[in-house]
Amino acid sequence: MPANRAPLEFYGHPLPGIDTSELQGKLIVIEGPDVVGRSTQIQQLRFWLEHSGYAVVDTGMARSALTMKGIQDAKNGHTLGPLTMGLFYMTDFADRLENVVIPALRAGFVVLTDRYIFSLIARAAARGQNVRWLEEVAGIALVPHATFYLRAEVDDLAARVVCGPGQFDYWESGMDVPYGKNRCDSFVKYQTKLIEILDGMAGHYNFKIVNAGKKPVLIFRQLQRQITRVLQGVEK
Amino acid sequence: MSRFAPNRYRGKLIIVEGIDGSGKSTQLSLLSQWLRSQRLAVSFSEWNSSDMVKGTTRRGKKKQMFTPTTFSLIHATDFADRHERYILPMLKAGAVVCADRYAYTAFARDVARGVSRAWVRNLYSMAIKPNLAFYFRVPLDVALDRILGGRAALKYYEAGMDLDLSQNIVESFRIFQSRILEEYEAMSGEMGFHVIDATQSIETQQQQMRQIVMDRIGAALENDILRSPLEIDRAG
Repeated sequence: MPANRAPLEFYGHPLPGIDTSELQGKLIVIEGPDVVGRSTQIQQLRFWLEHSGYAVVDTGMARSALTMKGIQDAKNGHTLGPLTMGLFYMTDFADRLENVVIPALRAGFVVLTDRYIFSLIARAAARGQNVRWLEEVAGIALVPHATFYLRAEVDDLAARVVCGPGQFDYWESGMDVPYGKNRCDSFVKYQTKLIEILDGMAGHYNFKIVNAGKKPVLIFRQLQRQITRVLQGVEK
Repeated sequence: MSRFAPNRYRGKLIIVEGIDGSGKSTQLSLLSQWLRSQRLAVSFSEWNSSDMVKGTTRRGKKKQMFTPTTFSLIHATDFADRHERYILPMLKAGAVVCADRYAYTAFARDVARGVSRAWVRNLYSMAIKPNLAFYFRVPLDVALDRILGGRAALKYYEAGMDLDLSQNIVESFRIFQSRILEEYEAMSGEMGFHVIDATQSIETQQQQMRQIVMDRIGAALENDILRSPLEIDRAG
C-alpha cells in the first residue's frame, strides 16, 4: 500500500520543488551497451504491462524535446567534445526526468527507461572524463526501483552490428576518441571498455544482471518474473 | 569553496562578472582593446555563445521549456563547449582570454533560481580558474535604471518570470536581480573577486582595472603572452 511504501530517493541532490512522497509509480531502468537489444525488450515489456493493466510510459536517452535536435546536430558535426557531450546528454536526461519521468510517477505509471545515468557516465568515463564529477552532476537522478543490466560479450555485440545495421556507427565505435584506426577495431575496444565500466558500476548501483547472450524470449521471461516482483513490492 | 582547475598554461584568463547593467561588458571591451594595443594576442569569449549549443538554448527559451535544472545544465553545456574548443586551446597557445561572464554567473543565477549551491559548484569544477576575476558592484536601482532606460523589452528568463515572483515583468526582474546580487555579494570574498565600484565614471573604473592587471599579471603579459603578428597590427 502507498502508505507504508518508502518514497523514492535522489542519489545526491534533490531537484528543487519535488516532493518524492507524491511519486506513486515505479521506475524501472533497462541498461546495457549499444545494440544489446534493449529497445526490443522494452517494447514487449510495455505491451505485457499494459495488457496486465498497468499504465506505462517509456523514455530513453536523447529523446528529450529540448535537446533532441541539438544533440543530433552536434553529433553530425563531429566536433562534439567529450565534456560537452556528457553535459548535453545530462541536459537531455534532466529534461526527461522533470518533464516525463516525474509527472508519470506522480500519476502512478510504470516508467520504463531505456538507459539512465549509467550509460551516460560510462560513455564519459570511456572518454577520459572524471567519473566522480559526473556522478555528482547526475546526483539529481532518482534511485530506480530496479535497474536491469543487459550484459553481453563484445563479440556478441559485434555480431549484432554485422547482422543488423551492417555497419559500425561512428559514435558507437568511439571513433571520436578514437579507440582504433578503423571502426571495427575501435568498436571492439570501445565497447569492451564500456562493458568493463558498466560491470564496475553493477555492485554500487545495485544492477540486476541479465545475460543478454540468451534467446530474447528467455531474457523477456526473466525480466517479466523480476519486474512482477518489483511491482508487487517484494523487491525494492 | 571553489574547486576550479588551476591554470597551468602560458596564457592568462581574465573574466568579468556583475548583474545586468553593471557595465562589465563595456569595461572588458576597453580592457581588451588596451591589451591588443600592446600587441598581445587577445581572444574573447562571451557567456551563452557556443554555436553548437545556442540553438537549443534559444529554442528552450522561446518555447519556455526550461526548469531551473535544465536551464543550468544547458548553460553548463554551452560553457563546456567554449571551454574545451576555445578557452583551453587559446590559453595553451598563450593568449590572454577575456571572458564576459564565467562560472560565477551560474553560481549566482542558478542558485537564485533554487538550484542546489553545492551541485552547481561541482558542475563547473571542470573550469580553469581565472587569473583575474573582476566583479562590478552596483546598487540594484542604478543597474535597473541603466537597463530599463536603455532598451525596449525584458526577456522572460532574464526577468526570472519562470519563478512566478510577480506577474509584472519589471517587478519580477527587480526581485530576481536582487537575489542574484545577493549571491554575488555572498561569494565575492570566497572567490577572490577584484571588486570595482561600478558607480564611478567609466574611465576611472578602467584605470583601476588596468592597474590591477599590471600589478597582478604585468610580468606575465610582458614575458609569456603570445604577440599578435605585425601584419594584422593596424595601430602601427
